[in-house]
Amino acid sequence: MVKHYDTSVELCGVKLANPVIPASGTFGFGREFAEYYDLDCLGAISFKGTTRDARFGNPTPRIAECTSGLINSVGLQNPGIDKVISEELPHLRQIFHNPIVANISGFSLEEYEECCAKIDKEEQVEIIEVNVSCPNVHNGGMSFGTQPESAAEVTRRVKAVTTKPVFIKLSPNVTDIVAIARACEEAGADGICLINTLLGMRIDTVRRKPVIANKMGGFSGDAIFPVAVRMVYQVANACKIPVMGCGGVSSASDVIEMMMAGATAVQVGAANLKNPYAAKEIIEALPKEMERLGIERLSDIIGIVK
Amino acid sequence: MYKKGIYTILSNEPLTPAVYRMVLEGDTQYITRSGQFINIELTGKFLRRPISVADYDERTVTIIYKVVGSGTEQMRGMVAGEKLDILTGLGNGFSTDNDAKRPLLVGGGVGVPPMYNLCKRLLSEGKRPTVIIGFNTKAELFYEEEFKALGVDVVVATADGSAGVKGFVTDAIREAKVEFDYLYTCGPLPMLKALYDATDTPAEFSFEERMGCGFGACMGCSCKTKYGNKRICKDGPVLKREEIIW
Repeated sequence: MVKHYDTSVELCGVKLANPVIPASGTFGFGREFAEYYDLDCLGAISFKGTTRDARFGNPTPRIAECTSGLINSVGLQNPGIDKVISEELPHLRQIFHNPIVANISGFSLEEYEECCAKIDKEEQVEIIEVNVSCPNVHNGGMSFGTQPESAAEVTRRVKAVTTKPVFIKLSPNVTDIVAIARACEEAGADGICLINTLLGMRIDTVRRKPVIANKMGGFSGDAIFPVAVRMVYQVANACKIPVMGCGGVSSASDVIEMMMAGATAVQVGAANLKNPYAAKEIIEALPKEMERLGIERLSDIIGIVK
Repeated sequence: MYKKGIYTILSNEPLTPAVYRMVLEGDTQYITRSGQFINIELTGKFLRRPISVADYDERTVTIIYKVVGSGTEQMRGMVAGEKLDILTGLGNGFSTDNDAKRPLLVGGGVGVPPMYNLCKRLLSEGKRPTVIIGFNTKAELFYEEEFKALGVDVVVATADGSAGVKGFVTDAIREAKVEFDYLYTCGPLPMLKALYDATDTPAEFSFEERMGCGFGACMGCSCKTKYGNKRICKDGPVLKREEIIW
């Protein structure tokens, strides 16, 4: 008899067939990947970071390759919340039928509040992921996520305008991740997502200039996986709310490692850019990896490492 | 439509000391237009290497690349029989569904390769293309004979005058008194801008930008156009004259 390997997990009452979620900013609104495969194999999708107004983002070049990763300084290019709701969301719903995570970013408390209030009305969205950790925009994004007080304030303001589960996406570019995560939990966050990218920089030694026009950007990819596992472990052990783990995940083995560290769901980011089939291949490899490790129910191993 | 597949190297040979031609065998059904590109995975490199398609048929794709960094240096050392993981059918490519009768094709340096398949396509549609290819110096010149073998007029320009017309491709247009009713071009940005200013026919320009994914997901290679933001990898690399903002 073939054994059944149960990959399902539950995030704040939202059931996912598996814990794998393409991370915001690496999957657009699903359109490009739908040309490669049927998106319904994915546990959920976290769509491109959305702000109140349409944004072009930073000047190019805004991509730099690194050993086992890349730096990006895209800077939240998106069509703005209204167009996301009127055009992208309906299209995403047509090509994807599992839970949608709305990634919201902002430059002021009012902007976070306004965008979350708008997205709260959208039935298609099951979870709101509030990005207080984008390293690529000035006077916003990451600045809210680097202090416990401001992260808590964003959480409170957003929670006041929505009944959907709110995950706060945190930055690794901080001295005390636990203090920030706890502040969000106390302010009413339903979950924590971490990590966003690490602030990095590359220099073109021939031109003697930064590779990226904006000088610095967010470092992601395989190289940051150990940092992500460490922070997921720290936060999962300090908080009662669920954690979505993110950062350098590129295999089924990585997914399981991050879940053992304490993640309830796991986001796959930069790996999608290298191999458009990455998330699908990771999901397909999960049962075999579970068999190898003697895991029958994936949810049993969440935070099993103490 | 674009897909990922495994391709076998049939040949990999130098055209000049720094420019190589690689012929790959595999599924080419997703390559549908001249001017598209493929994205090659290399061992030890996180990002793929986007390279324009010089030519393709039912079972092979030909690329011509310049060795400029560690990725292309790695490619230079590859031999027949080696296999590569490649995404194909990327980018919009050039359009030929227009009523141009005498299109002019201008390639500069490693911008020359996509002009080759385009030239073949235009010929097969009964059009009479003229080709101008520009280089810094004679030692960098490649594909003059290949274009001539297609039976088209070819004008060479070199910046130092060591081959063909001395000067830029814009000088070659003037000196050779080329008559044309449509322009297709690919090459360095200053060359594209000079052609934009020096001509007034309908025109398509193929652009370069540092890419992340190459298939439109990461927004790494966006540019502003008169018709809104576009991704060089997905909505480009070819932009029409009327939409370009320099």
